[in-house]
Amino acid sequence: MRKVAVVGVGMTKFGERWEAGLKELTAEAGIRAIEDAGISGDEVEAVYVGNMSGGRFVGQEHIGALLADAMGLNPVPATRVEAACASGGLAFRQAYLAVASGEFDIVVAGGIEKMTDVLTGQATTTLGGAADQEWETFFGATFPSLYALIARRHMHEFGTTEEQLARVAVKNHYNGARNPFAQYQKEITLDQVLNSSPVAEPLKLLDCSPITDGAAAVVIASEDVAKKLTDTPVWVNASAQASDTLALHDRKSLTTLRATVEAGKKAFQKAGISPRDVDLAEVHDCFTIAEILAVEDLGFVKKGEGGKAVEDGMFDLNSDVSVNTSGGLKACGHPVGATGIKQVVEVTWQLRGEAGKRQVDKAEIGLTHNVGGSGATAVVHILSRYIDLRSRR
Amino acid sequence: MAEGSVPAVWRRYPQRYRLVGSKCETCGEFFFPPRIICPNCRRKGKVVEYQFSGRGVVESYTVVHTPPADMEDQAPYVLAIVRLEEGPMLTAQIVDVDPREVKIGMPVRMVFRRISEDGEDGLINYGYKFAPL
Ligand SMILES: [Zn+2]
Repeated sequence: MRKVAVVGVGMTKFGERWEAGLKELTAEAGIRAIEDAGISGDEVEAVYVGNMSGGRFVGQEHIGALLADAMGLNPVPATRVEAACASGGLAFRQAYLAVASGEFDIVVAGGIEKMTDVLTGQATTTLGGAADQEWETFFGATFPSLYALIARRHMHEFGTTEEQLARVAVKNHYNGARNPFAQYQKEITLDQVLNSSPVAEPLKLLDCSPITDGAAAVVIASEDVAKKLTDTPVWVNASAQASDTLALHDRKSLTTLRATVEAGKKAFQKAGISPRDVDLAEVHDCFTIAEILAVEDLGFVKKGEGGKAVEDGMFDLNSDVSVNTSGGLKACGHPVGATGIKQVVEVTWQLRGEAGKRQVDKAEIGLTHNVGGSGATAVVHILSRYIDLRSRR
Repeated sequence: MAEGSVPAVWRRYPQRYRLVGSKCETCGEFFFPPRIICPNCRRKGKVVEYQFSGRGVVESYTVVHTPPADMEDQAPYVLAIVRLEEGPMLTAQIVDVDPREVKIGMPVRMVFRRISEDGEDGLINYGYKFAPL
């Protein structure tokens, strides 16, 4: 397999983008990424796009070709990738594999979701499609309720508290307040989270990521091409993916996302590093409990110690591991198909030292972690300024 | 589920109405919903139909305040993961109880109830919920 680097990144402002449709959002992110790469666009050989449900959110399928056209990239081959909320991460992985395999030298990976054209109830139903329709959703499971079941069990087994969950939201809003692309650029207090209205107990409104419009795109290239294009390539040191049962109740443990554990292990092994080498991580905090699961399942802390570690500030900006410097899904917003690509955009900015007020000091190694559904898909990438992390060259 | 599809509902009657699952006689594992092939034994497995007792315990629970559209009249409701006494777990509502009384480890039994309604003229879906034993 060939070495692959990120050479250009771009994203739209995330939020309620009433003035923009799929095409405008796509073009905005795509053009920024292509400009950032310093290419004209003619060099792009293929496009992969993550999108969960254009069909249900705006009645539009066939998003691959739509995106290529909106970015002005026709006639390059364009492929849509779907894995619920992990669609973006998976699109990035497909693009990575296409370049690593030698098929293409320059590829665009994008992610897009336009969610605010439907009412909240419809959006909830559509997101519910990431769960098992026949055996979860049919009986009244919503997306927040599945993570609430995990949270309740985590509290029962490990003594995790609602305050510790809330602390995740407070931290991510602190970071979001320093990100001009975030949906919520406002700090919040522990009391605000704890006093927000219940959604699925113990999860409250401010434990949940919002409904968001947005797109993100990255340009990736093979080693030779990347070195010609930029002095600051961000290398993809590992790409890994794993699957699990769609239904939460079919898993041996309700408090471990096995797909995350497996994808994480594989990624660290491929990159030749351990979790303690990571400076920053964009993890999948669709709900506050999901960030606690992520830091445990990725191995930053032992199982059951995530809540305490969050409370102790271990994942604050410029602490042990800076987690969700973008604001995460919670504050930056969660346009489901775009999230996995946005994570790569954020890590790239951080590793290049371009993250402004939320810059992590001496950021060298970053990780992205994107989850689909309640954990049926997990995608993990490790990125750094080194082409080879074993030799640190 | 595709809204309003009669066959999609009808073909799940045995499982949703009566908790009919399956069991592998080779390794002894129970499956709900039923599996045709045992993932442990594959070709060596002998999978037969099995009627679950309907008794179990609450493994986790939540009170849902923002329900899907077809369950708005029921919210807030308790949703739980129940471990059947034979082993498999499933997701179902807990009823006939004050939500504040629901606890992890609470013994429950299956009851047959209305699950949801697809609007005024749509299907009325029935199936299992669970109540304190
Ligand atoms: Zn068997």
